[in-house]
Order: sequence, then structure tokens, then C-alpha cells
Amino acid sequence: MQATSLFNVQLSAAVQLSNVVAGYEQNVVFSDLSLDIAAGQFAGIVGPTACGKTTLLKIILGIHPVISGKIQLHNNPISQVKPGTVGYVPQLGSVDWNFPVTVEEVIAMGLYTNGRILPWLSKEERKNVHDLAHRLGVEGCLQQHIIDISGGQRQRVFLARALISNPKLLILDEPTSGVDIKTQHEVLHLLSDLNREGMTILLTTHDLNAVASHLPWVICFNRGVVAQGQPHDIFTNEILTQTYGGDIVIVKYEGHLLIANSTPLHFRDEKH
Amino acid sequence: MEFLLEPLEYEFFRRALLAALLVGASGGMIGVYVVLRGMSYVGHGLSHAAIGGAVVGFTLNLNFYAGAFAMGLLAVLAINKITQNNKIKLDAAIGIVTTAMFALGVAIVSKLRNFKQNFEAALFGNILGITDHDLMVIGLVTTITLVTMFFSYRALLFSTFDNEAARVFGIKTESVQFLFSLLLTFSVIASLNVIGVTMVAATLIAPAMTARMLTDSFSKMIIYSTLIGSITGVIGMYLSYVFNVASGTTIVLFSALLFSLSLLAKPIHSLSINLRR
Repeated sequence: MQATSLFNVQLSAAVQLSNVVAGYEQNVVFSDLSLDIAAGQFAGIVGPTACGKTTLLKIILGIHPVISGKIQLHNNPISQVKPGTVGYVPQLGSVDWNFPVTVEEVIAMGLYTNGRILPWLSKEERKNVHDLAHRLGVEGCLQQHIIDISGGQRQRVFLARALISNPKLLILDEPTSGVDIKTQHEVLHLLSDLNREGMTILLTTHDLNAVASHLPWVICFNRGVVAQGQPHDIFTNEILTQTYGGDIVIVKYEGHLLIANSTPLHFRDEKH
Repeated sequence: MEFLLEPLEYEFFRRALLAALLVGASGGMIGVYVVLRGMSYVGHGLSHAAIGGAVVGFTLNLNFYAGAFAMGLLAVLAINKITQNNKIKLDAAIGIVTTAMFALGVAIVSKLRNFKQNFEAALFGNILGITDHDLMVIGLVTTITLVTMFFSYRALLFSTFDNEAARVFGIKTESVQFLFSLLLTFSVIASLNVIGVTMVAATLIAPAMTARMLTDSFSKMIIYSTLIGSITGVIGMYLSYVFNVASGTTIVLFSALLFSLSLLAKPIHSLSINLRR
């Protein structure tokens, strides 16, 4: 029930998976998976393509069934978790950008959990949308179509949709993919601010350098947890090779970790 | 003005006009979701299954709508079941299920000569064929459709835009999908006598497509599409009377004309902005 945070304070688990088996039809993606994410944690799940990261997120979100095992969010079985307690930001690559919807309409979708059934927004709902949009820096584009805003703004709009129900746990599927470095930094700083306010954040990413420089906790995953801890302890050649099964170069420079996914080709040629 | 008022003297025309207005409104509204959910072919398929059901119902001495609705519902359930495991895609399932049901109707019609007249009216729409009973069914279906869609707006929008996230936010997306399919079946069947089987799909899709060309906002698209559907129904019915052709054809041709004009909306808007500068 207890998990260790960055500062070694004993915290209750926001997410607790016990002996979970999950997969698709005949294909078991992972078996006997046990994992705790401490409340207030800001953790990144890294691992190769098709290692089960997205399946892991989906079972935590309750949108993919498990074959066996137990999942609890804030000590409640997942089936009893109130909608809106968990915020979700999907991969932007999966969004239909030509769908006729404005920024305001996207953010307002997150208000579904209010239980209001009238189509239009109440005064209070509109104020909430505007306040959150203002905080995330997208207030100026509320009436714009989603295709007409920048990559950074798109990420913030979907973040706003997830945040408007005041979730305790925020889950993001690859929030750093498909955006430039500046946007990546902006998004991760924003998430860091939210985490400091007490929100538990769990994300998947392929960007090891972003994890190393911004996230306090990393979970190396490949059909199961290979290792977890602070990036400086976890990003070792041994663990990353075990996770990715490939040739990975780690450079430590002025307290920073730089990770390259393979030895450059000309280096290899010189070796031969 | 006389040209507009003269046909209103006839009771059959007033009935047909009201039916076209209601069918246009419900088709226009539901058509937005049909287009955005990539289900354009479903309306086409359901109308064919429904006519097969109507014929089967006729042979069993059942009401036209009872047979059509039973077969339409059966088609929806069969399509949902076939596509459940993701191995067979929606278009393929619609192709086999609804065509087989239509084929059953055609086979029965070829044996029963006395049904031929009604069958042709159901294929292309018939301005003279709308009875008080039809009008009552259309009114009921339109009311149910518009009220249900009004109160399900948030769930329908969210699940249409992002089905996975909608589930995370507590929307029972499978129930929403079933409810939507049910409303679509109701609407298609209610439209059969006004529009005709072969034309129903276009009247569902065209107003939504036209509305899409005019706005990037979902709420505006719903309003525009409902209005365009209603206007198209009314004008199409007048054209049917004036030119003495099947009502389904005039409604579809007018819809297509409006859509063609909507394609010009953006270039004209850009030109007017440039001229003002």
C-alpha cells in the first residue's frame, strides 16, 4: 500500500497494480505485473515500441480489460472510481484535426462529468473554461478551429480538457511526441507545476533525454517493469540495454544525462 | 406569391410539405453524426434493409413500419455483432447484411405482383403517397430524434470526436452508439415514403456536408445542418409538385445544388476580404 516518492517520504499509492495479466485475445502483453505509483509522483514510463506502455495506461484508465489481477486507484477498485478523478490526454497523433470543433468546444468536453445535460455551457462552466484556458495560455484561441492552432497550443488544449474536471491523477500518452524541443520543454514545465500543486502525473514517452532532464521518477518498461527510480540511478547502460535490447550510449555532462539511442554509424565504421 | 400558395390548397401537398420539413430537420441533425462518425454508408444500407423488412411485413399482413423497423433493428444488431471483433470492417458488414435483407424483399416482390406499385413509391419517394398515418409516424419519430439528440448532445459529441477519452470521462460509448443506431433506423424508416430508399442516404449526408463547408464549429454545424435539411425538404417538395417528378429525386438534387454552392463559400469569403483590403 505504501510507495516511495522522490524525497523518500512514505505516501499512499495513487495507482496500485497487483499481479495483473493483460493482453489482446491470444496475445498476453504482460503477466503478473505489480506496480505502485505513489500519490504526488511525477513518473515517466519508457520502453521500446510495442512493449505494452499504452496497454498499461489503458488498463489504469479502465478502458482495457485485464485477464486477471487487481487495479486500484487511490485505494478504490477501478470500477468504483468516479469519472473525472482521472484526467487523460491522448496521443495528439490520434486526433482527427479536421473534425469541426473549436478550442472551447474541446475543453468543454471535459465538463461531461458535471452531469449537466443541456447542450450549451452554463455561466459557471463557461467561466471555468475561460479561467483554465487563461492559465494555460490558450484563451486567445478559444473560438478557433483546432487545426488552426500551433502544436504547443494543441497540447495545452487537450491538457485543459483533462484538467477541467480537477483530476487527482493525470495520465498522458506520449505528450512529447510530434512537438518541437521548445514546446516539449513548455509542456513538461507545465506538468511539473501541476505536480508541485499535488497532482499525480503519469506519462509515456520515447524521449529519454526529456525524462532525464524534467522528470523525478522513471519506470523502464518492457512487458513488465525492468527497473524504476530516479533517472540518474536508472539510466545506466545495463538497465537501458535490458529495456531496449539495443546499443545505447549515455554521456554525463555537467550533471546532465545525455542519452543517444545508438553508436553513430561513422564511429562503428572507424571501429572496423 | 400565387405560385407558392397555389399548391397549398391541396391537402395532399400540405401533408407532404410538413412531412418533408420534419424528415429534413431530423435527417439534417442526425446526418451530422452520420458524416462525422464515418457512417455515411449505414443510412444507405439501413434503408435497403428496411424496405426488405417492409415487404416481409406485407406478406405477413403486418404494418409497413413494423416490418421495416424490425428488419432495420435486426440489421443494426447484426452489423454491431459482426464488427465487434474488429476482423470485419463496418462497410463490409453493412454490404452483406443490408443487401441480403434488400434481396429478400426483391425476391418476395417478384413473386407478389400486387405489391409492385407501393414498392416503386418506396424506392423513389411519392408526393401523393403520404397519408395521415405516415405523417403521424414522421412527427413522432422526428420528436423522439430531436429531443433525444438534444439531451445526448454532450455524450454524442464527445464520443464522436474521441471515443476512447469519452470512456475515460464516464461515457458509456457502446450504449451511445446503440442509441444512435436506433435513432438512425427510426429516421431512415420514417423518411422512406417521402424520400425513397435509393435517396435516403443523400438526404442524410448532403445537409451535413453543406453545413461543414460553412462552419468549423460543431454546435453551429448541427444548427446549420438541421435548417438546411428542413429548407431542402420544403423546396424539394415544391419542385416535385412543379415538375411532377418523384419527391426523393427533387430533394436530393436540390441538396446537391446547395452543397455545390457551399463549395464556393470559402473562395467568395476570401475574395470579399481581399477586396475590402
